[in-house]
Amino acid sequence: MDRFIYLTFDGLSRGLVYAAFALALVLIWRAARIVNFAQGSMAVAAVYVAYSVTNATGSYWLGFVVALLAGLLLGVLVERVVMRFVDHSSPLNGVVVALGLVLVLQGTLGIVYGNEYQPVETPFSRDAFEVGGIAMLSRYDLFVFAAVGTVVVVLTLLFTRTAVGLRMRAAAFAPDVSRLLGVSVGGMLTLGWALAAAVGSLAGMLVVPTELGVHPTAMDVVFVSAFTAAVVGGLDSPIGAVVGGLVVGLLLSYVSGYIDVTVAPMAILALLVLVLLGKPGGLFSSSKARVA
Amino acid sequence: MTDMQQKASASTVPETGLNVPKRRRRPHPALVIVAGGILVVALTYVLPPFRNYQLATMGAYFCVTAGLTVLTGLNGQLSLGHGALMATGAYTLALTQNRWVNLPLSFAVAVLVTTAAGAVIGLAAARLRGPYLAGLTLAVAIVVPSVTSTFDETFNSDQGLSVILNPPPETIPMERWQAWLCWGAALVVVLLLALLIRGRFGRDLRAVRDDETAAKLAGINIARTQVLAFVVSAVCAGVAGALFAVLAQSVSPGAFPLTLSLFLVMAIVIGGLGSLFGALWGAVLLVLLPTLAQSVGEQTGSQQLEGNLALVVFGVVLVVVMLAAPGGLASIPSRISRLIRRNR
Amino acid sequence: MTGALLQVDGLTAGYGAAPVLHDVGLTVQPGEIVAVLGANGAGKTTLLRTLSGLVRSSRGRVVFDGADLAGTKVEHLVRRGIAHVPEGRGVVTELTVDENLRLGGLWRRDRADARKALDEVYELFPSLAQRRGFAGHQLSGGERQMLALGRALVGRPRLLLLDEPSLGLAPKVTGQIMALLRDLRERTGLAVLLVEQNVRSALSIADEGVVLALGRVVARNRASVLRDDADLRHAYLGF
Ligand SMILES: Nc1ncnc2c1ncn2[C@@H]1O[C@H](COP(=O)(O)OP(=O)(O)O)[C@@H](O)[C@H]1O
Ligand SMILES: [Mg+2]
Repeated sequence: MDRFIYLTFDGLSRGLVYAAFALALVLIWRAARIVNFAQGSMAVAAVYVAYSVTNATGSYWLGFVVALLAGLLLGVLVERVVMRFVDHSSPLNGVVVALGLVLVLQGTLGIVYGNEYQPVETPFSRDAFEVGGIAMLSRYDLFVFAAVGTVVVVLTLLFTRTAVGLRMRAAAFAPDVSRLLGVSVGGMLTLGWALAAAVGSLAGMLVVPTELGVHPTAMDVVFVSAFTAAVVGGLDSPIGAVVGGLVVGLLLSYVSGYIDVTVAPMAILALLVLVLLGKPGGLFSSSKARVA
Repeated sequence: MTDMQQKASASTVPETGLNVPKRRRRPHPALVIVAGGILVVALTYVLPPFRNYQLATMGAYFCVTAGLTVLTGLNGQLSLGHGALMATGAYTLALTQNRWVNLPLSFAVAVLVTTAAGAVIGLAAARLRGPYLAGLTLAVAIVVPSVTSTFDETFNSDQGLSVILNPPPETIPMERWQAWLCWGAALVVVLLLALLIRGRFGRDLRAVRDDETAAKLAGINIARTQVLAFVVSAVCAGVAGALFAVLAQSVSPGAFPLTLSLFLVMAIVIGGLGSLFGALWGAVLLVLLPTLAQSVGEQTGSQQLEGNLALVVFGVVLVVVMLAAPGGLASIPSRISRLIRRNR
Repeated sequence: MTGALLQVDGLTAGYGAAPVLHDVGLTVQPGEIVAVLGANGAGKTTLLRTLSGLVRSSRGRVVFDGADLAGTKVEHLVRRGIAHVPEGRGVVTELTVDENLRLGGLWRRDRADARKALDEVYELFPSLAQRRGFAGHQLSGGERQMLALGRALVGRPRLLLLDEPSLGLAPKVTGQIMALLRDLRERTGLAVLLVEQNVRSALSIADEGVVLALGRVVARNRASVLRDDADLRHAYLGF
């Protein structure tokens, strides 16, 4: 039982990270109908920037803030310089271009930082508190809850309560009509990419220290987990992404805890296949088929 | 959305190369293959051992890019999982070979096992489109190498396995023998593919790619065609993987990273998505570009540059080609001829 | 010619190599309702889309209120005082009624007046006021047309480009909308370029009529004259 409680909290903590990353995927999917396969590499790039800043200044928090800013900037660049010019007549085109970006980013990071795992510090201890003799949560888990919770609240408020949020939603649903109503659809698209990339960077900052450290491919498996989370929730649904993230996090935690860590990736693959084939549209989406 | 995809794949996939039966008379594929074989054998006698090794690697890559071209170019299914299928072929060959030391048998088993793996993924893939298919196959590419850690007694985790080979007759240097083996396999694979896509199967593949509804009305079984396409290309990947195992005389998960799958996609995109000649092009680039990047790295004395420059170059080329000419380089000849025809 | 609100000359435009519109010219005076008539496929929608910049023109000039619109971005059109209600009404069905209406005024600097305009729209269309929180896809066709119109009015335009408002609506609702347009013109001096296949109701409120056939202007005259020109009606308008 103790172990179950511990694994549950661990799963929720991981799950929130996947939720954040899945949210980033959903943001771009809703805005541009592109699954951003480069998001993992973009997040790694931001984490490397933070790593440099923290190493140079000794301040985790400065690195943290810079990572989010770097994410924003990278999102803007990727959209403005590359994605904007993709021929959207086929969904394959966006995918292939994103994969090209993966190669560019991973190669560049490898050239600059090398291909060894660099350990990254956490700002808080990862030792779990004991409550009534049961190990439950660490300070770092609390930090993850707070960070992802903040993101979810801020995004919700942004989209439902602000004029910019209304513009972004309108631009995604009906670009031509929105333009006729004075919305700069291109600008909203750029903003969507920037926000998504920043959220993705946050997820990277949260997850990388809990694994082997930072490496050009550090987010590959995380990407698969988050993609699975997004698919579980239905690519269109932000709430679905959060729930999907938690489902994936718990699954990973239980499988790692009760079976073996090395089985975890296969469990994710199995979940992805099951959802893709068994529950078209995800658990939270109204769309009918897995076509895009 | 589906018809968007279909329209698009029709427009992004120019019909070029060997596979499109045109009124113009073309040499029979078998003739081209025999000529290619003679050329390769001649080359192996002039090239130094290291170049022969590279030539052999090209042959192995040609197998998988040819198969992937049929799948993505002719049938419109994008797979990011072919690196994992290669790994399947390579590990199967290693395990069988180390048990019985019988190369033909090992190849046969490797092909069988990859066929089965391809059928499983293909069955799932036939129900998925666009980014969902890409995402699933990406997951396969990332997850499958980790299987080697799960069953480390069989696969020996990250260290991998070495492959026992009976050395070729003393008169033939190892590299020349490897080049013959790889190109022999590649040419057989490509000949079979060329014959396959000349006939009804090729027509079905394209019909499904261009317009699923129309294909269905024409009596084509969509799912079966898609699964078959996936299996065919998986077999090609399995052969390529087995060849890789023979080339390196070892297998390890590090030899089949995600970037390998991405390289393959890049190769066929640059090859023009849909022509077997384009696939050859792609295979040549897959060997030459890294070599070039490596020599640049060596000159600057930067180890980090050596391995990574190729990634950057591939990535930039892929992005630029996609933005500038979605048909890839091999579409350029057909574009030019189309231009000339229009202007007359 | 001076004083025209919208002046279009020699407009040629289309989607691919072959143009859909050929050398189209028309004028809308301030406070005037001009009907653009023509069979299905004549190019009416294309004309409106070209005026607002959604379709690029290859030749010709569009002058609004004395300024050439060439190079004006689509999203800046509302700032000039042009509202375009597209074919099929363009209600964002995923957004609520209130959000759709607010969207119409987001661009405005004068926030107070934007709010006031929104309240006025709710007064004008009480049925929308009752459905503020409903999603666009929950509305009836008539309500959607009112929403699209109301959303345009929140921007307090001087010229309304209206594409087939009667499409799919009951005759009674169509009548209400036509009456509303005339009423708006009387009260606010709103000029309307009204695309319609429903020739009778369009000509009943229009001052001028322009008849398009295969992308060309084949007739331009007072609405009353067009109404009475039996030959023209038979040839192009089918009644
Ligand atoms: N997006 C488009 N792409 C290509 N051709 C179009 C497009 N929209 C309309 N057309 C063509 O332009 C012509 C005029 O269409 P349209 O302006 O919609 O006519 P109307 O609104 O008068 O019915 C038609 O022949 C139609 O086929
Ligand atoms: Mg129309």
